[in-house]
Amino acid sequence: MKRIILSVVLVNLLAACASEAPKEAVTEPAAPAAEAAAPVAAPAETAQTATEPVAATETAPQVRSVYFPFDVDAVQEADRAAVQEHGAYLAKNSDAKVRVEGNCDERGSSEYNLGLGQRRANNVKKMLVLSGAKASQIQTISFGKEKSRCAEHNEACWSQNRRADIVYTSGK
Amino acid sequence: MRFLGGIILLCAALSARADLTIEITGAGEHQIPISLVRFSGEEQMAGQTISSVVSSDLTRTGLFNLIDPAGRAPHEPSEVNYGEWPGVDALVIGKVQALEGGRVEVRFRLLDMVRRTELVALAVTANQDQLRAIAHRVADLIFEKLTGSPGVFSTRIAYVNREGKKYRLVVADSDGYGEQTLLALNEPIMSPAWSPDGSQIAYVSFERGHASVFVQSLATTQRRVMADFPGSNSAPAWSPDGKQLALVLTRDGSSQLYLVRADGRDLRRITFSGAIDTEPCFTPDGKYLLFTSDRGGSAQIYRVPVEGGAAERLTFEGDNNFSPRPSPDGKTFVFSQFTGGLFYIAVQDLANQQMQTLTSGGWHMKPSYAPNGKLVLFATESQGRGILATVSSDGRVRQKMVAQRGDIREPMWGPFVKQ
Repeated sequence: MKRIILSVVLVNLLAACASEAPKEAVTEPAAPAAEAAAPVAAPAETAQTATEPVAATETAPQVRSVYFPFDVDAVQEADRAAVQEHGAYLAKNSDAKVRVEGNCDERGSSEYNLGLGQRRANNVKKMLVLSGAKASQIQTISFGKEKSRCAEHNEACWSQNRRADIVYTSGK
Repeated sequence: MRFLGGIILLCAALSARADLTIEITGAGEHQIPISLVRFSGEEQMAGQTISSVVSSDLTRTGLFNLIDPAGRAPHEPSEVNYGEWPGVDALVIGKVQALEGGRVEVRFRLLDMVRRTELVALAVTANQDQLRAIAHRVADLIFEKLTGSPGVFSTRIAYVNREGKKYRLVVADSDGYGEQTLLALNEPIMSPAWSPDGSQIAYVSFERGHASVFVQSLATTQRRVMADFPGSNSAPAWSPDGKQLALVLTRDGSSQLYLVRADGRDLRRITFSGAIDTEPCFTPDGKYLLFTSDRGGSAQIYRVPVEGGAAERLTFEGDNNFSPRPSPDGKTFVFSQFTGGLFYIAVQDLANQQMQTLTSGGWHMKPSYAPNGKLVLFATESQGRGILATVSSDGRVRQKMVAQRGDIREPMWGPFVKQ
């Protein structure tokens, strides 16, 4: 049992690494998401070797994080396609719902970052709605810099924390 | 037997949380030379004593030069030979005596060594667990007599202590000792704000999945929701009369300033910028809100009338400026300045806009003035952990308070409280 849990964690970590290198991840075509729904069965390579671009899949698009430059809240050009795919998916699947979570790096006060994270989440929501999703399918929240993935004072860490996550709360 | 128990308790009470080490750098220019003789009755005590607490309180302000008594040990005025203390302007002597029933009597005197008179005398009896409170009161009396300003050693501070995923909202003595947990959660807590009478604390918690604002009573620990709209509810700040709070809500899009009555009614929107407007705080006259906004393209400090209207930009130096807090006299404000990749604590004059950095830079965040305006409390970092620090309001004396456990953040100095 322990080993299974460990391997799940490992696969998740690998999957996270594969999709977290900010700019590379988003330039790749979205991978099929069937594996993402069952990470235990999905070897990390599958996610990386899949090359078929998918416009509106049966399951929700794989890329779930978009990244931002310092103190910027606009969705970047490179991330638009990924966000638009979620919008198209939400339009096709009216029972699907997402929570967009905005996060920031540590270079700012807690309260300012709470505001910045909210704007990042709001801008992702706007783009989802422009891509066909209904506003009622999307909840936005900000964690500011309170739930950072890492805590090192360097750009490698900061770039991971300047992020909005699209989390499916139903219909993934 | 009871007496012996009292002594042990007394030692335990004073050495509790002696794990908090204090490091002081810098020195003021016109320091008052003062000597503090260890009180009689303290010789057998381990850890902190009343005289050591008083001594560290006074040192921290940067306004005193503590001169070693060098073996001279008077405990009564009759034992003081004034000619023996050249260069010492003030002398503190006293006695601590354990009484029956576990109580303690403390007597102290402050002597003016130049005029050869007694300035203050105080005798109190109290329980052992009140010894630190008595020490802070003694320090307050000395501070007030010698500087003309009230001391702040008896006031309290609030902050958030994080250990892993556990967050605690903590109230402690002004020197960081005597921690008392008001709230423990497995979700982030932010932005504690004291009511002007010190009886309540407003704060932000994520326990409902997003940021919402609560108000909690210190005496009863009862709490109530102040704002829980969709999006983020945050940055509470009390008006000087305690009748309303400024808040930041994102329910209409971006973070904007709102006012609400302390009972939660009559919510009014104050700013309409569409930018991030946050961290409001009232000026002491209650007429303005200082706040942080990125409406000009970068985070800067602004001022807006409480009833709303045109906002005036106040800061122009540094890359970004955050977290303004006015001084108690309303003449200056402190803030955190981000420039060249570092955070500094800075102060700016509201009349002539002169700015001065008070610290040498690092991760220096969230400054707040002591209620007498002489010290500024802020969050910094030491060996990868968040700690508390103070700097004298002239920037000359800095002190780090290093706690043994956890990551300390979001400190806020509380008000004077009537005793």
